[in-house]
Amino acid sequence: MFDPIPWLILLPLAWGCLAFLAGVGRGGRLAFAGLIIQLALTIVLARQIAMEGARHYAVGGWGAPLGIDLYVDGLTGVMLLLIHVVTLPLVVYARAYFSCQAEGVGYFWPLTLFLLAAMNALFMSADIFNIYVTLELLSLAAVGLVAAAGSAGPIAAAVRYLLVTLLGSGAYLMGVALLYGTYGSVSLTVLGPLLAATEISAAVFLAAMLMLTGLLLKTALFPFHFWLPPAHGSAPAPVSALLSALVIKASFYLILRLWFDLFAPLVTIPVAQLLGGLGAAAILWGSVLAFMQVRLKMLVAYSTVAQIGYLFLLFPLMMLPIPEAAESALQGGMMQLVAHALAKAAMFAAAGVMVLSAGKDDIALLSGMSSHLPLTLFAFALAGVTLMGLPPSGGFIAKWLLISSAVNGGQWGWVAVMILGGLLSAAYVFKVLCQAFLPPVAGVKFKPVRRVLEWPAFLLALISLLLGFRSGEILSLLGGG
Amino acid sequence: MNFNGSLPLLVLASSLVPGMIIFFLPESRIRLRTTLNLAGAVLKLLLIGYMLWGVQHDQSYVFRYDVLPGLELIFKADALALLFVTLSAALWFLTTLYAVGYLEGSPHRSRFFGFFSFCVTATVGVAMASNLFTFFIFYELLTLSTYPLIVHRGTEAAIRAGNVYLAYTFTGGAVLLTGIVWLYGLLGQVEFTHGGVAAILGSEHTAQLQVIFLLLIAGLGVKAALVPLHGWLPQAMIAPAPVSALLHAVAVVKAGAFGIIRVVYEVYGIEFVQTLNLLMPLAVVAAITIIWGSLRALWQDDLKRCLAYSTVSQVSYIILGVALFGPTGTIGGVVHLVHQGIMKITLFFCAGNYAETLDVHKIIEMNGAGRRMPWTSIAFSVAAFGMIGAPLTAGYISKLYLSQGAEMVGMAWANWVLTASSLLNAAYFLPILYRLWFENQPQMWLHERIHVRGRWETHRLLLMPPLITAAATLAAGIFADTGWSPLFWVKLIAEVEFTVK
Repeated sequence: MFDPIPWLILLPLAWGCLAFLAGVGRGGRLAFAGLIIQLALTIVLARQIAMEGARHYAVGGWGAPLGIDLYVDGLTGVMLLLIHVVTLPLVVYARAYFSCQAEGVGYFWPLTLFLLAAMNALFMSADIFNIYVTLELLSLAAVGLVAAAGSAGPIAAAVRYLLVTLLGSGAYLMGVALLYGTYGSVSLTVLGPLLAATEISAAVFLAAMLMLTGLLLKTALFPFHFWLPPAHGSAPAPVSALLSALVIKASFYLILRLWFDLFAPLVTIPVAQLLGGLGAAAILWGSVLAFMQVRLKMLVAYSTVAQIGYLFLLFPLMMLPIPEAAESALQGGMMQLVAHALAKAAMFAAAGVMVLSAGKDDIALLSGMSSHLPLTLFAFALAGVTLMGLPPSGGFIAKWLLISSAVNGGQWGWVAVMILGGLLSAAYVFKVLCQAFLPPVAGVKFKPVRRVLEWPAFLLALISLLLGFRSGEILSLLGGG
Repeated sequence: MNFNGSLPLLVLASSLVPGMIIFFLPESRIRLRTTLNLAGAVLKLLLIGYMLWGVQHDQSYVFRYDVLPGLELIFKADALALLFVTLSAALWFLTTLYAVGYLEGSPHRSRFFGFFSFCVTATVGVAMASNLFTFFIFYELLTLSTYPLIVHRGTEAAIRAGNVYLAYTFTGGAVLLTGIVWLYGLLGQVEFTHGGVAAILGSEHTAQLQVIFLLLIAGLGVKAALVPLHGWLPQAMIAPAPVSALLHAVAVVKAGAFGIIRVVYEVYGIEFVQTLNLLMPLAVVAAITIIWGSLRALWQDDLKRCLAYSTVSQVSYIILGVALFGPTGTIGGVVHLVHQGIMKITLFFCAGNYAETLDVHKIIEMNGAGRRMPWTSIAFSVAAFGMIGAPLTAGYISKLYLSQGAEMVGMAWANWVLTASSLLNAAYFLPILYRLWFENQPQMWLHERIHVRGRWETHRLLLMPPLITAAATLAAGIFADTGWSPLFWVKLIAEVEFTVK
């Protein structure tokens, strides 16, 4: 049987190296072709997981503890599919984008491909040290992408991003060291049962806290969100889309993995409540700040801060004693992750086109956009529908599942936060749409943009909208592994 | 999937697909756009005609799709759904004709007709939805697809009205969602069933069910413009006339009223609502809305605003009919869903005609307009008399059944409310009619936009739709006893709802 697992890591690395050798600004076509192949591989892998369930893969025939073990299950399958489905339209978009605005292209292609390789490896890693390595690779590629824009603002944002992300990885690595010192293993499959079987020592507690905090920092959960808006808001639009849609999801994925596979014996209701509380604060505060922004891309970036919050509501809801409530919380959280990734990629891509056309990143300049770029504005609005959690989008199914979990568990506080969050997100999405519906300001000239720049955002937004009808498949893949 | 199962989907597609194509048509393709629109509307009417025939011959048209296990999308063309679907499709057809004439030469018509088609698709979805989950999906889609129509002109005032509209409807939607999810938690997945299903829950759930009912009615009441949730409706009249016509007659307010009908009869069951002691408060809210809307209409000097407050009042006739605990009241309420639609759409068409032809917006400017535009004014007068409840009109039938229904269940006060409302209706409509027909017309119309063309007092496409709906207003009143009247169909529905138990 053909096994796509190693190829999903090797291929993007190879494309990345080739793109690097090709020189500055080159490699777009290669990335496009490469991604089509990888998407096909991912689909093959997802089908294998759906039919045969989760499995280990020993790299080079040498499994743990000597060699490196990879592991794929339903969660991995969903994440891998997601990143390829999001990235492929973004590659088309980025090629068109950088042909209009050469500034910032730099080493975009090799860095993006390395980013993909790192994410693929991260989702398939089965030990906490490998995870560290892939996490570091991911962060460095992401920082490089932010810095590629070159001007002072992005550089400052990139440096701050670099420091935060290094701090996060450092904390994580210390946790890994403590765990290794205590148990003498880094494999998730070995450590999980060990932790469950033995008395938890202070060192292990400390390790869990360090690892969790490091990852929260990277996921930009409130109050660690300060670095995200400048980094995502000032990067070139294709980079913003990649970072906001996918990169923060990687560290969230790790939190989820560690929470259930490793630290399950340590997890207590107060900790889960704390994470949920931070999530709730992120939803409300992020939405309010998004509404107050005057720059379009900053608004979209703060919306990411808010939307991450929903993911963390999953933790307290999963602790509910009612099995159906806990199950629908996990399903809702994962749907939110997938729907937000698609919608946010669409939204940043659409915002990028509007900014490119208006010449400056300012919401006040959007007047008249509804007649100048109707398709792009439509894409923005459809993505907004997902973020607001309105039907029939994937975001709606996510909120339905999360709210029904909270209602069944009698958790009215979380219900109120989610309902309020939906209304607040409507406020900031419609702030943009209203402005775009106003008649154009006299004297403002919009630059024409290429049509190929408009379609990827629309496609992504459409997928996020229609996702609601296919959520059954996603959730069954998730449960299948 | 069998053929009968696909029919509800085809009905949805007959407006959704043209809408999607229209979005991508360039502005200049007027002929293709109009053809697509009308072809969709005619196809929809034909499909519905076939289903009407089928339902009378015990056919059922159900489509099911599992979104998630335990979360089903169900469309079902039952008698009640078909009542609303027929109304929407027929009025959509006429409104499309009207809009083609109304928007001639104005910008962004592809966008307008695209969202217009989506709006009707959402309304039809609301009508055919057979559980609350499906209902909610289309209820929210309706909000989203009407917003671009309300702000269509892109002026500051339009945007402000749009914001008010969104603030009301999104909040209402959120409240409704909470109620629906809560009910799903208690009952699991339930379909709309004649006689309701909530009664199976034991008495320990009474308090919860009361709160849920409150949430559902509050959420739906925003769109149905129940006082004090009606604030958006008078603002939304800033929209172009065909949009107002559709909003007030079929789309938004009716979706709210229709939802209340579904919740009361087919989720809770009317008898169970009565045992929960919730029917009386509902009747009181409806009565207050009826009086308040009429009172406010008295003080308006803008014609469309006056009509908007009149809608606030008239839609609550439906709710009052629902809240009267008996088949006769139900018949009066449900049949008013149709009657109010055809009467109100006539009035808005006519208001649009005055505005487009003579640039007349205020009531005081209407002096003598009857001589200049006799056909429009005849249609307006017929519909206005219908609203007052004059004999031979559709409005008379509604009020007759409502007052008999109130009589039968011993709610005499409801009769007083109806009488007071009729007097108030007369108090604001008769002065307008007096101005139209008996005041002298000014020397010349200052801003006449469309001049008399031969026999036509205005654009032909603007004149035909109100004449047809005015004729329908009379026909629904005069031929109420025949087998083809809305009343006959509603009696069938009422029989089913009240004999199941």
